[in-house]
Amino acid sequence: MHIYLPIAEMSVNIFLLLGMGTGVGMLSGIFGVGGGFLMTPLLIFIGVAPVVAVATEANQIVASSVSGVLAHWRRHNVDFKMGFVLLVGGLLGSTIGVWLFKLLRDIGQIDLVIKLSFVLFLGIIGALMAVESIRAIRRSRSSVGQRRKLHQHNWLHGLPFKMRFRRSKLYISALLPATIGFVVGILAAIMGVGGGFFMVPAMIYVLGMPTSVVVGTSLFQIIFVTANVTFLQAYQNQTVDIVLALILMTGGVVGAQIGTRVGGRLKGEHLRGLLATLVLGVCGKLGFDLVVEPADLYSIGSGDES
Amino acid sequence: MIRRLIGLVALWISMMSPAHSEPLIADLSEHLVAITTGFTGAEVLLFGAIEGEGDLVVVVSGPPQTAEVRRKESVVGIWLNNAQVSFENAPAYYQILATREIGDWLPQTIRERHKIGVEFLRLTPSGDLSPEESKAFTAAFIRNKERMGHYRFTEGKITKLGGRLFRANVFFPANVPTGTYKVEVFLIREGAVESAQTTPLYVSQIGIGADIYQFAHEYSASYGITAILIAIFAGLGAAFAFRRT
Repeated sequence: MHIYLPIAEMSVNIFLLLGMGTGVGMLSGIFGVGGGFLMTPLLIFIGVAPVVAVATEANQIVASSVSGVLAHWRRHNVDFKMGFVLLVGGLLGSTIGVWLFKLLRDIGQIDLVIKLSFVLFLGIIGALMAVESIRAIRRSRSSVGQRRKLHQHNWLHGLPFKMRFRRSKLYISALLPATIGFVVGILAAIMGVGGGFFMVPAMIYVLGMPTSVVVGTSLFQIIFVTANVTFLQAYQNQTVDIVLALILMTGGVVGAQIGTRVGGRLKGEHLRGLLATLVLGVCGKLGFDLVVEPADLYSIGSGDES
Repeated sequence: MIRRLIGLVALWISMMSPAHSEPLIADLSEHLVAITTGFTGAEVLLFGAIEGEGDLVVVVSGPPQTAEVRRKESVVGIWLNNAQVSFENAPAYYQILATREIGDWLPQTIRERHKIGVEFLRLTPSGDLSPEESKAFTAAFIRNKERMGHYRFTEGKITKLGGRLFRANVFFPANVPTGTYKVEVFLIREGAVESAQTTPLYVSQIGIGADIYQFAHEYSASYGITAILIAIFAGLGAAFAFRRT
């Protein structure tokens, strides 16, 4: 059954979209990742204009982050003060990001920038995950525990505007979370991702936040950043497809529930290895398409190419 | 199908009446191609009658648009757009149908005057371009439009029935551009246009899809807020629905 997407202006099989939503939703349920970094490239692969894919995916992430943050909120795992500081940077970053997006779109390079960003980030994440899961598998075999320092002091702790974050048990410069939020805002605007894959490690390793509050706090910030991106993309570029977003949300919700249930029964290291393979596969496909000589060097576009 | 048959029969009856004197009558089964939520392309029946011998040529052209054509070049191993020209007033859609393959029976002058054939569309790219580059861009534009299914030449033959009636199926793909189309029917006899008729055809989004499109483009800010609200409620709904189970 085909459905005509009014903003993407194309006819797509609704079951394909639901399947993609469910599949990526399952992965988010299993791994606790947002899934935007997989969904946006998948949408591009099925022929959705990259500009529409990015803006619509930001809209979908609002929904998945709202439903995700509630569970963390109930367990008091959201550091609101930290969230607000992240958000200040995030709103600034996403606003500049959407403006940059429009600029790049006008000069006809937005698709390239979107794809290159994905190649870069998926490549890094995929490689890190692959290394991590190989190590974990080895470690579980040799069962030798390694100790890691929990909290390190370095030059980052000498920065001004120090603030106390009680829930995170931190006394650090507000510039640090604001900068992280800023980067996440730009990523959300240009790539249509929540930015969890960047923010979560940054919060743990750069800020030194306790792992328990990291996911809840990042989800809290992502809601507002992706909402800002959704609004600005809709307002400036008219690229948010509500119909597409709703279908993806539906699939995503179901998938996430399946994922959470299935996830508990599977072995973590192997799953992570699988996700790493998937991420690297998507990265490879995007990279390959950029490097291989196109069948036709010329393309027609009215602001965006296909 | 039934509607089409009725159309044909009605036409046939009207021809029987002595009042007619037109050498060419043509019409479309529908004057509106509605892009609804389940749209996967549409077929419109073009039918009519002619008096006497002759060949028929039909030109379907979409609304004039400005199209940008970009050329990719390899920069440090990556293919990226680095040249861009635009074509003003290029028809968004263009299709030719004929009773037989276009050849000597259709003189160049007629083809030129009525823009029968892409070479007569007067496509000229903007900007400072060498003649070769201009030619390459024009060829690329046509090639891309053909690949998108927006320019069609080979298919869509007009069938003549019993020497007087004719019919043709005009196909519009799922990605058909919206706007007001012009369907021109020419009756060619002995190398001259014996008669011609122009019929309008509208292609537009209809129903909820059209409303959403209009909402998004005319009330962008409200649309953005609506999109966010929908997402928030979907998220809350999902969280509560699955919490109870």
